[in-house]
Amino acid sequence: MGLLTPDPGLIFWTTTSFLILMFLLRRYAWKPILRALKVREEYIEFSLKDAAQAKDEVAKLSETRRQMIESTRLEREKMMRETRGTREEIINEAKASATREAEKIIQQSRELIERERQESLSEIRQQISLISLEIAEKILKQELVSEERQQSVIREYLDHVNFN
Amino acid sequence: MKLISTICVLFIFGFHYMETKAAESNKEDEPFDPAYMIMHHIEDAHDFHILSYTNAQGEKVDINFPLPVILWHNKSLHFFMSWTFRQPDPVVPFGDTFLRLYHEKIYYTDPDGTILYNENGTIANSKPLSFSITKNVFSLFVGCLIIFWIFGAAAKRYSKRGGLAVPKGIQLLVEPIILFVRDDIIRAQIDKEKADKFTPYLLTLFFFIWINNLVGLIPFFPGSANLSGNISFTMTLAVISFLAINVFGSKHYWKHLLIAPGVPFIAKIFLIPVEIVGIFTKPFGLMLRLFANITAGHIIILAITAMIFIIRSFAVAPMTILLSLIMISLEFLVAILQAYIFTLLTSLFIGMAVNEEH
Repeated sequence: MGLLTPDPGLIFWTTTSFLILMFLLRRYAWKPILRALKVREEYIEFSLKDAAQAKDEVAKLSETRRQMIESTRLEREKMMRETRGTREEIINEAKASATREAEKIIQQSRELIERERQESLSEIRQQISLISLEIAEKILKQELVSEERQQSVIREYLDHVNFN
Repeated sequence: MKLISTICVLFIFGFHYMETKAAESNKEDEPFDPAYMIMHHIEDAHDFHILSYTNAQGEKVDINFPLPVILWHNKSLHFFMSWTFRQPDPVVPFGDTFLRLYHEKIYYTDPDGTILYNENGTIANSKPLSFSITKNVFSLFVGCLIIFWIFGAAAKRYSKRGGLAVPKGIQLLVEPIILFVRDDIIRAQIDKEKADKFTPYLLTLFFFIWINNLVGLIPFFPGSANLSGNISFTMTLAVISFLAINVFGSKHYWKHLLIAPGVPFIAKIFLIPVEIVGIFTKPFGLMLRLFANITAGHIIILAITAMIFIIRSFAVAPMTILLSLIMISLEFLVAILQAYIFTLLTSLFIGMAVNEEH
């Protein structure tokens, strides 16, 4: 039973040594070691969190960029479409106005030509009537030289006149 | 470095003083008693035996490391060196009485050194209260110095290099173990906000048991003492565990233990005494487990070694060496395993006592 009998001396020394060792280690070993480990753990934790945040930010940025590119593309397309419309409009406008102008000019020319023609015609008529009168005068002078002749013409005219 | 040089100086002085020649040299004829040898080795002693040899004159020489004897007698402390008991006359006059070292225990005797026995065979002589630095106490100091040296050095590195530096040297040795004890033993059992309070105690406990187990496994001076297999050592640690568990016990823990809410009255009559006994059996189990494991390890290694002397043939030496090698490897595992179990169970019991209701 010697093995199972506690020895007061050894109990005393074990208690003393253990307690002194515990207080010394707590003061000079565990405190700095555990603090250093804690600092490191927190640092790693924060770094990981930071990295995750940065990753999120990058993703958000690239999303923004994508959106910007997309919207720019749409804007450009819209502008292109609008430009094309405007161009067409301008051309059509120009065409229309040119047609109108041309028609107006043609109209004017036509009118002018008509007027000129009318004028020429009336002049020609006047000229013809004058010439006809002159011819008629000459013919009459020739025809009515003799008395006899004058008598026959009168008779002829009278024949033609119907007295009914 | 100072520490190492101190130990060296201690050794040199020790070796110088401790040669004591055995009175008779005819021990050759005595039959070898393995049980006595083993019990002698696993029990405490008042001097640290280093080696024995027979010199040219045929005398048997024991080299012992002398240890101080400290006795409480007549309301004062008395100091003397243990070689006083190795003089040819083993009875030492001590004040108005006499002392005798008998089977490594100091007894008060009459001038003839008579040892009286009770009818049941135990020694009837009274013993002085002894605070002697015995083999085990010496081994304990060695263990404590090693622990303090290792962790002091590691802590110095941590303070100097800061927590963010990559661990180097001794930090690499201690850091994984400290992290294992903190995370997988302490924090796994005790709620996080309460764990920090117990961490210094439990870390010290773990390394105290482990390093002392390892020092006990060193087969020569200053190791080889069966300190962590001594019931006084394990009892002290168990009592400290008992206090750590119960002093910080929460209201919830005591209520659960003493009132057992929600249990029928008839069951309470049986349950509450069982619970109260349980408070004491838990540390008792811790005490016996460590004691039995380490003592058994020492006994097995010594028994295997003793085979050489029983059979008295070198032929068995390879076999015994192989067996010892296997056993010592196993004991290295047991050394850390027992430290782990002791610490784990203590944290488990503390966790049961302090954790909030889940």
